[in-house]
Amino acid sequence: MLTPEQIRDRLLARFPGAAISVVTNPGSSGQHSLLLPAGEGRAIAEFLRDDPELALDFCSNVSGVDWPDKEITETVKKTVPDPAGGPDKVVEEKIKKLQPGYLEVVYHLYSMAKKHGPVIVRLRTGNRSDQVTLPSFMPVWRSCDFQEREVYDLYGIVFEGHADLRRILMWDGFKDFPMRKDYEEPDDYEWEPTPHDDVLAKAKVHYPATAPAAAPAPEGKA
Amino acid sequence: MSDAPVITDAERDELRRHGIMLTSLGELAAWGRSKSVWPLQFGLACCAIEMISASMARFDIARFGSEVFRPSPRQADLLIVSGTVTKKMAPQVIRLWNQMPDPKYCIAMGACAISGGPFKQGYNVLKGIDRFIPVDIYIPGCPPRPEALLHGLIQLQEQIRTGKRPTPAKVARPGECTIPEFGEHDLEPAKDPAVWQPPVITRQP
Repeated sequence: MLTPEQIRDRLLARFPGAAISVVTNPGSSGQHSLLLPAGEGRAIAEFLRDDPELALDFCSNVSGVDWPDKEITETVKKTVPDPAGGPDKVVEEKIKKLQPGYLEVVYHLYSMAKKHGPVIVRLRTGNRSDQVTLPSFMPVWRSCDFQEREVYDLYGIVFEGHADLRRILMWDGFKDFPMRKDYEEPDDYEWEPTPHDDVLAKAKVHYPATAPAAAPAPEGKA
Repeated sequence: MSDAPVITDAERDELRRHGIMLTSLGELAAWGRSKSVWPLQFGLACCAIEMISASMARFDIARFGSEVFRPSPRQADLLIVSGTVTKKMAPQVIRLWNQMPDPKYCIAMGACAISGGPFKQGYNVLKGIDRFIPVDIYIPGCPPRPEALLHGLIQLQEQIRTGKRPTPAKVARPGECTIPEFGEHDLEPAKDPAVWQPPVITRQP
């Protein structure tokens, strides 16, 4: 099977100038993936499926990933001239930057015909609020149908070209996206018998302000 | 039927020793009712597999008169909430409960039906069916063994026979439990205060 770099070069030969890059995986699995541009995503997906060398005819898995805004610290080395006239000093300066967040969708592609895979393909949205549209691969691989609906349901990525983009797990009137990192769940921690860590902090809000003089016997779970 | 027996069990045994059987129509009806509890044929998750197992030959729930799993809530006495109640499923479960005729009983089977269990802090799972339905018997376990279900059933029968149910049918609920609506963030209401109140715990500061 072709390596991700070879696939990238093959794609670049077919789609010159497309912003295709290899995202390396430093883990022991070493499953590197291809980052595709959202604009040409559909055409590239069709090429991956129809290319006789790759023949990736099966999409096994679609995942959503939420990357929230992240504050990163960059260390920049600067040379500052010494006012006393000595040699220039090298000063390390730390710059805090806000790395904007985005939503990501990951496809695992296999070839039934050539018996190889997976080829991992990623697409990223512009941000996490208003530019959340990505091309749907449902017309390319039918198995993306329910999985893209699930990603839409839980992460709020809108798949353009999906034939039936509705929520699949939560109900239609639901407004939140529960798998996003900044999801705020309803405050129903009034009864936590053995709370700890995060749950303890949430349950403490519901504790009585002062201990009642004569506490009634615990009931309810009779 | 009156809750308090007219004579004590000791007095009754004494009479029975002399060949006199004393009972009341209400007691007789309660005894009959306790021996023919018909569950609703309704499962939610893995606990339902244990419930099915309890109804099969090895554990044989028929020994206790509950083998008639009715597919219609109109013919059922007992709702065994066997498994995880998701927020999306909760209105349907409560609707089934409302469709059952009185007298009716509810068993919360397994950790999920009691409290949400391993999914308690999830965004999609109801934290216990007792937030909407008055539950008679709680069976802990994940899932409980069929023996545990049988034990819970026997406990329920005992409560029906003696009229000592924790939530008798005449509890202040006029006929129907609240069916929640699908809200924008959660079920609305998220719990029925008439049925369930969080227990008050005094904790050391």
